Amino acid sequence: MLEYRVEIALWAISGIIPFFMLNIWTNNNLNESIKISEVMLSRYFLCAFFVRQFSVVWVVFSFEEDSLMGKISPYLIQPLNPFFRYFAQHLAEQITRFPFALIIAFFFFIFNPESIWMPNLGILLLSIVSTFLSFLIQFLIQSIVACLCFWTEKASSIERLIFIPTLFLSGLLAPVVSFPAYVKSWIYLTPFPYLIDFPANLLSGNETNIGGGLSMQILWIFLLFPLFKKIWSEGTKKYTAMGS
Amino acid sequence: MVQNIIEVRNLSKSFDISTKEPGLKGTIKHFFRRETKSLKVIKDISFEIKEGEIVGFLGANGAGKTTILKMLCGLIYPSEGSILVSGYLPFRRKENFLKNITLIMGQKQQLIWDLPPIESFYLNASIYDLDKFEANKRIKKLSEMLEVDEELYIPVRKLSLGQRMKSELLAALIHEPNILFLDEPTLGLDINAQRNLRKFLQKYNKETNATICLTSHYMKDITSLCKRVICVHEGEISYDGKLDLLLKKLSPVKEILIVCRSEEDAVKLQNFGFTVKNKIKNEITIKIENNSITSSLKTILNNFDIEDLLINEPPIDEVIGKVLIKKDYDI
Repeated sequence: MLEYRVEIALWAISGIIPFFMLNIWTNNNLNESIKISEVMLSRYFLCAFFVRQFSVVWVVFSFEEDSLMGKISPYLIQPLNPFFRYFAQHLAEQITRFPFALIIAFFFFIFNPESIWMPNLGILLLSIVSTFLSFLIQFLIQSIVACLCFWTEKASSIERLIFIPTLFLSGLLAPVVSFPAYVKSWIYLTPFPYLIDFPANLLSGNETNIGGGLSMQILWIFLLFPLFKKIWSEGTKKYTAMGS
Repeated sequence: MVQNIIEVRNLSKSFDISTKEPGLKGTIKHFFRRETKSLKVIKDISFEIKEGEIVGFLGANGAGKTTILKMLCGLIYPSEGSILVSGYLPFRRKENFLKNITLIMGQKQQLIWDLPPIESFYLNASIYDLDKFEANKRIKKLSEMLEVDEELYIPVRKLSLGQRMKSELLAALIHEPNILFLDEPTLGLDINAQRNLRKFLQKYNKETNATICLTSHYMKDITSLCKRVICVHEGEISYDGKLDLLLKKLSPVKEILIVCRSEEDAVKLQNFGFTVKNKIKNEITIKIENNSITSSLKTILNNFDIEDLLINEPPIDEVIGKVLIKKDYDI
């Protein structure tokens, strides 16, 4: 079982891209251009790391493999949508990943003691809710893309296309506030800033519209869920149960 | 009167298959202009299955028997025709329908690979709304029937194929379905494991009156479990009826090896009027029609000095094989 533990640890470590970005931002004094202090920026990227750890989704890859190999056939004839299995797998892995994320945060604070802070309980709870909503949005987006397997067989290629705007517009590489005003106004109409930027700003204590952000997250879930249901119902009619 | 639990009318299924020529030219052509053709794998078939029946679907590879099972359990959508299983349209996958059926595929597994089977059983129990007490009761009952015990607590990846198949069966039957779709359930199992599985299915059918639809390439599975068979040839039903009737029709004669006390007797027997297959010294093999075996044997025993005789049943694989390779075999 050692390899599974190592795999989980490596998964947690693989999400440290926000720390690289923090290094680039602070070494080049880029934070001054967006009027965020170095401390707040380092907290933002630590929070972005945490949000990413607990909202990352890979359902499209799991579903694609299971679909192509015919592994979902037994699940399709059970009275439970197979996506609930993937959902449970994601939640279980998030829980497993939590201690590793804490260890990484511990080391982060050792090297950045000035960044240590304790969010108040209300903000902490709202951040947990917001991170979970972010996870739901990403899970729904990927599930919709995964259902394209019923037509294209290679849905992960389409996911790669979505990954590009996710990377740039979600706040993983840079806080959305750093974009020019006219670009920002468009970005906030997409689901991307509500995946990392909003929950990370909320948790780190940066200025953010809490009500607006949470409402947009819920709105996106309400928009994506019926779309998922429709594409699922149409897709299963196309299912050929190949490989079984 | 026993009710029909499965009713299939004019069922057809087509798949769109894309074709590609070999080589770079073919790849480029395929990229810009993909050629697809519609392949009709099931062609206008109709049949009914009664509650409690065990029906074997026979057919060569690619004949369409697995596709039929997949449509019956709602896994794939039919192109034309209608299917009613237990009063439901299978492809709608209504909860009550799904709680009534199970599908077991010999080459596919639903058990969680890295965990002991017992974990998958509890997961399935939750999916089918069984409480822990009921789940434990059913696990105990089924594990006794299947003769599995400590295997339930060993990770699936460490189990032998036979142990895994038994656990798969247990996982698939924990909700006590009354319709079982079994697609080559004994695939890859050794002779003893195959026999145990067949015994279990017979017992399950007897105790629960479950309907079983089965495909298998092992004739022993079919002969020991199914009274009725549906032969599928290139998507069409070439025979639907009793297995023993099929065997009688396909194999109307039996071969009898007779060992005479002397070669002289063997010569006399050769000239007696039976159809002789061959004769080697005092051993002679004759062919007798099934309906005159008793009278013919009486004649032989009364008129000749016989040392030994052996009635050879034609190998069932050979007999069934005839019906699988020819659509309009005279049955």
